[in-house]
Amino acid sequence: MNELSLTRALYALLKRDLLLAVRRRSELANPILFFVLITTLFPLGIGADAKLLQSIAPGIIWVAALLAALLSLDHLFRSDFEDGTLEQLLLSAHPVSLLVITKVLAHWLITGLPLLIVSPLLALLLGLPADMVGVLMLSLLLGTPVLSLIGAIGVALTVGLRRSGVILSLLVLPLYVPVLIFASNAVDTAMSGMPVTGQLAMLAALLVLSLTLAPLATAAALRMSLS
Amino acid sequence: MIMKFLHKLASPPHFYRLVGRLIPWLGGLCLLLLLAGLYGGLVLAPADYQQGEGFRIIYVHVPSAWMSLFIYMVMAGAGAIGLIWRIKLAEVMTISSAPIGAAFTFLALVTGSLWGKPMWGTYWVWDARLTSELILLFLYLGIMALYGAIEDKRTASRAIAILALVGVVNIPIIHYSVEWWNTLHQGPTVTKFDKPSIHLSMLIPLLLMAVGFKLYYVVTLLMRARNELLVRERNSRWVAEMVTGK
Repeated sequence: MNELSLTRALYALLKRDLLLAVRRRSELANPILFFVLITTLFPLGIGADAKLLQSIAPGIIWVAALLAALLSLDHLFRSDFEDGTLEQLLLSAHPVSLLVITKVLAHWLITGLPLLIVSPLLALLLGLPADMVGVLMLSLLLGTPVLSLIGAIGVALTVGLRRSGVILSLLVLPLYVPVLIFASNAVDTAMSGMPVTGQLAMLAALLVLSLTLAPLATAAALRMSLS
Repeated sequence: MIMKFLHKLASPPHFYRLVGRLIPWLGGLCLLLLLAGLYGGLVLAPADYQQGEGFRIIYVHVPSAWMSLFIYMVMAGAGAIGLIWRIKLAEVMTISSAPIGAAFTFLALVTGSLWGKPMWGTYWVWDARLTSELILLFLYLGIMALYGAIEDKRTASRAIAILALVGVVNIPIIHYSVEWWNTLHQGPTVTKFDKPSIHLSMLIPLLLMAVGFKLYYVVTLLMRARNELLVRERNSRWVAEMVTGK
């Protein structure tokens, strides 16, 4: 048996995850549908007052993105856990935290990126000014990977449980609070015409921090779940 | 010498017996401190010139808010020790701390909103400190829920230790992000070095209460830890010998 080099192993893992996702297209669409549905529920629930909707649009879109990310998290490790792939990954000679980053990247490409792509549509639905869409997308670009990275810890902790849905949200949602605050605040601030570099810099900092620390915690949690 | 003592202390039967002897003393001291603090705070201390008698709730509110964070730190520290050295006792301490911390957090929230009604005119405001305290409560509840959901308790201990450590990294981030988001809470005034400072006749009862609350935590923690140890070690010989009285 010849050993794969690290980069080739990571590339193979990424390719495999993406391929699996493409083969199951209906699952691929679910988070996006959920995202759009949640967002359309808000105007129905609070009335179609354009001004009110515009002022709470950043919050609505971000809460919907948060919930969509949460909903899709379980796919991250679940099927690999059930068919034993995860065990093989942990047994491989490569650092688990790097494998985790690769899996999270694949997961973000499958679930986070589509949210980013449909978000301008939702922004228009809620009457967000057109020049705010850029800030919204930038905040989603910086924020959604953080959601995937933090979520990975929660999934790794609960993957061994039979019914993990409610516990997963209890574990993960409190940790999502800073992202929600900075991201929706960035769009809010932009709407009142002030610079948003501060908020975006904070989001980027959160991204760097979670990119460095979250994979370590996820790896430890995976080892715990599989022991 | 010290390592030997620690090793002996960390062995469940020894810990169980030693702590059993300590608890009445610590409990008595805790009771004395709480009584002295309450008397000083509710009777001796003068009413506040702005907040009137209503300020006296700080004698419960402030110590429990301090405890809510302190216990989380202790819990995460014990979790790290348990995770690294696989010391059973540290694992027991981690999970035994969680419900006590959650209770203190809840108490801080309740007393805070009771104080908020006369002072701010409303029970709940989306103020930075209130919100981060609420999120802290959710973190505690998450830890307890995760521990309850995992069948094997040693695995569960490792899981909550990881979660507690993740929480420790996040607590400052959550705190400052929420602070930036909105703030209405009065700044910390329990200090002698800064202005505005607290008068000595109000400070002393507060400190008595704070130490009393800490002792209360220690006593309840040790009691819970003893129970948890008994449950975990129910198949070992020392428990059987103790129960049958040999």
